[in-house]
Amino acid sequence: MALNLDAKVPAGPLAQKWEKRKFDLKLVNPANKRKFRVIVVGTGLAGGSAAATLAELGYHVDCFTFHDSPRRAHSIAAQGGINGAKNYQNDGDSVFRLFYDTVKGGDFRAREANVHRLAEVSTAIIDHCVAQGVPFAREYGGTLANRSFGGAQVSRTFYARGQTGQQLLLGAYQALERQIGAGAVTMHSRLEMLDVVVEGGRARGIVTRHLLTGKIETWAGDAVVLATGGYSNVYFLSTNAKACNVTATWRAHRRGAGFANPCFNQIHPTGIPASSEHSSKTTLMSESLRNDGRVWVPKAAGERRAAGQIPNEERDYYLERRYPTFGNLVPRDVASRAAKAVCDEGRGVGPGGRGVYLDFRDAIERVGRDQIRQRYGNLFDMYANITGDDPYAVPMKIYPAPHYSMGGLWVDYDLMSTVPGLFVIGEANFSDHGANRLGASALMQGLADGYFILPYTIGGYLATVGNNTVKPDAAAFAQVAKEAEDRTKRLLSVNGKRSPDAFHIELGKLMWDECGMSRNRAGLERALARIPEIREAFWKDVRVLGSGDRLNQNLEKAGRIADFLEFAELLALDALTREESCGGHFREEHKTPDGEALRNDKDFQHVSVWEWQGEGKQSSLQKEPLVFETVHPATRSYK
Amino acid sequence: MDIVLNVWRQEGPGIPGRMERHDVKGVSPDMSFLEMLDQVNEGLIREGREPIAFEHDCREGICGTCSMMIAGAAHGPKKGVTACQLHMRTFVDGDTVSVEPWRAAAFPVIRDLVVDREALDRIVAAGGFVSVNAGSAPDGNAVPIPKEVVDVAMDAASCIGCGACVAACPNASAMLFTSAKVAHLNRLPQGTPEWARRVRGMVEQMDKEGFGACTNHYECMEACPKEIPVKFIAEMNRAYTKATLAAERQGGDEAGYG
Repeated sequence: MALNLDAKVPAGPLAQKWEKRKFDLKLVNPANKRKFRVIVVGTGLAGGSAAATLAELGYHVDCFTFHDSPRRAHSIAAQGGINGAKNYQNDGDSVFRLFYDTVKGGDFRAREANVHRLAEVSTAIIDHCVAQGVPFAREYGGTLANRSFGGAQVSRTFYARGQTGQQLLLGAYQALERQIGAGAVTMHSRLEMLDVVVEGGRARGIVTRHLLTGKIETWAGDAVVLATGGYSNVYFLSTNAKACNVTATWRAHRRGAGFANPCFNQIHPTGIPASSEHSSKTTLMSESLRNDGRVWVPKAAGERRAAGQIPNEERDYYLERRYPTFGNLVPRDVASRAAKAVCDEGRGVGPGGRGVYLDFRDAIERVGRDQIRQRYGNLFDMYANITGDDPYAVPMKIYPAPHYSMGGLWVDYDLMSTVPGLFVIGEANFSDHGANRLGASALMQGLADGYFILPYTIGGYLATVGNNTVKPDAAAFAQVAKEAEDRTKRLLSVNGKRSPDAFHIELGKLMWDECGMSRNRAGLERALARIPEIREAFWKDVRVLGSGDRLNQNLEKAGRIADFLEFAELLALDALTREESCGGHFREEHKTPDGEALRNDKDFQHVSVWEWQGEGKQSSLQKEPLVFETVHPATRSYK
Repeated sequence: MDIVLNVWRQEGPGIPGRMERHDVKGVSPDMSFLEMLDQVNEGLIREGREPIAFEHDCREGICGTCSMMIAGAAHGPKKGVTACQLHMRTFVDGDTVSVEPWRAAAFPVIRDLVVDREALDRIVAAGGFVSVNAGSAPDGNAVPIPKEVVDVAMDAASCIGCGACVAACPNASAMLFTSAKVAHLNRLPQGTPEWARRVRGMVEQMDKEGFGACTNHYECMEACPKEIPVKFIAEMNRAYTKATLAAERQGGDEAGYG
């Protein structure tokens, strides 16, 4: 069966498409809104803002998180900032420029109309967050401050010290708590979504497991919104929180939602390298550090001297050398690959030679230690605490780390997946960042979707389907619930020898080696052969102790790893079939003579959307062509 | 290095718990405390024993999920960090370290080191917000806010909601948590219109949840991984008194803040 990949982009000039869609969407009578129940899964920036806003509009919202509180989602860890095309700095920014930078930064693999809308609503996000009391950094005159971020030559990033994600999430969380207090949102914490119920051709609800009691429950609604984040933890070591997982989107995929561009994942250039095999994650150092830090490695391979002992003429500031226009502020994919290249030449620093220096010596000389402390104090403290090194005295050592999923469930212009009534927002969808996301754009997209896009488009859907015209079929719910329960029982009954984490670590290493920063056919084929073997071993040999009727963190973990073991295969398959290099997806077979990514617009200017074909069968690839009416795809140059 | 851990094990709510000894060998000083616990758990799984339940998520000190008393201190002996950011280099070879859950009537133990902190969310739901709907905001620069004001608001807003302040307080008081949110929002122009409703609502909910009162031990500030100062408690007390008096006098929230 072919997926319906009509994106339903409104006709007309780019800048008027969203206005037109907003006008064309049917409205729900205010008195009728409270009769609709909307299920929102996830309480990060996208889910939290959507649940709060839908409740403000008058819908009844059932909101789910597997955390103890809706304030814990990993949006909270975003450090650097949020973009907004305010042009407060008078430096030539505009909605069009943010749109252009984002399409170019995404290596021309995003849908123009979506990106333009994102840039349009970016300004309203800043206004709304200020009104909520988000303490954005300010100038002495009382106006909002901005900083620069990678991939842009204007200063449009708003920030709250190095805790921008936290402050924006608390803004959304507080708005959500207000609605919980008012009774418009029913909050369900410590409930993990295990499946979507699709019935009569529509998403009608979800199945959850209560993490404290093990109770499997079903929930019906008029629409389901997934805001469940990205899948970078398929690599085991990533900058994501430990609980981040692919289960919600993967289960929805198995129920008919197309999965778009799973091979587009962002490897962030400035992670703190893993210190040993016990490392459980890689901690991110904000990209904003590249505003003042200079990235370098020794010119000579095998250099043994400490950084401070190496004179300037023996240092290679390779980003400044290779990309004189953007220098240290090249986009993330470019910076990550350049770091890998110098380390592959044997010039890397730190354990295993997998690191490069991020050096603040010159910035401290220029503006003083106090200024640097004001700008990055908490990041420097965090670095010092993790590594035991003082970054004011010696350069930081950094290395790329999996960070963000540009791919995700396919959605149309209204953010609806290929399953009617199933909406997907934030990092969980694929929509706006193409093959590479610019810094400070994830927060923007999560909040754009939640505050200003979904609340309109979901109304159009609900007005069309009407309320409670067809009662959902109880048998369909019971069937999906039984399948979820059986999966849980099966995990508990394997009773093998290896811990869930042991499988996760094995999968993660394979994915990092064969499907990480740089990919080739042979490696991807190795991964595709190996993943099913690990999966099979998992179901034969995983050891999940304890019972399913109480808090059992290993059971939760095992369920998520089981889904990663299925999803990983799709990621590798997508990477194998995309015979080009673009953004975060770099195929060694496709590069320019000087080692830059070589895109193939003739054959790959499309979104790759995968349809689940059933257990043991290869997913089928379908395509949404990308049409560029406004921006002409060009070779992305930051030189 | 080698460490002796004495860990609280409790199978479920209301079931008696006990301390359990673990001899942990070959601990790397670069490990975080939670990575050390991961290693203990892997060992327990190998032996066929259920791993220690503990909460954690971001492992970079910002989500507020991790929560445990380590060597008798909330988040451990190092100042200004969460348990996930406490590294084993803080300890020395041969140390004996106790690990226990947060202890407070308002935080019932769920299992091992996991407690229920939803009471904190209910305090926020009782007024810890600005009542503004999406779409109604003026331009972000319409109201200038002095940098000094925003800087203090940000100090208060940096609270991660972990509950260490409650766990450290002999009265299990949530005054530092509550006052940080009151101080953040009440000092901003956007938060001023409902300052009185906010402080009254939050303080009353705090009392209802069974948190104790503040008797100036300042243990909360010592334990706070974000080093939020107790001056906010004084500020909240003042605002609460004023709001209560204003309500008695006028039956409303008309009194200005400050």
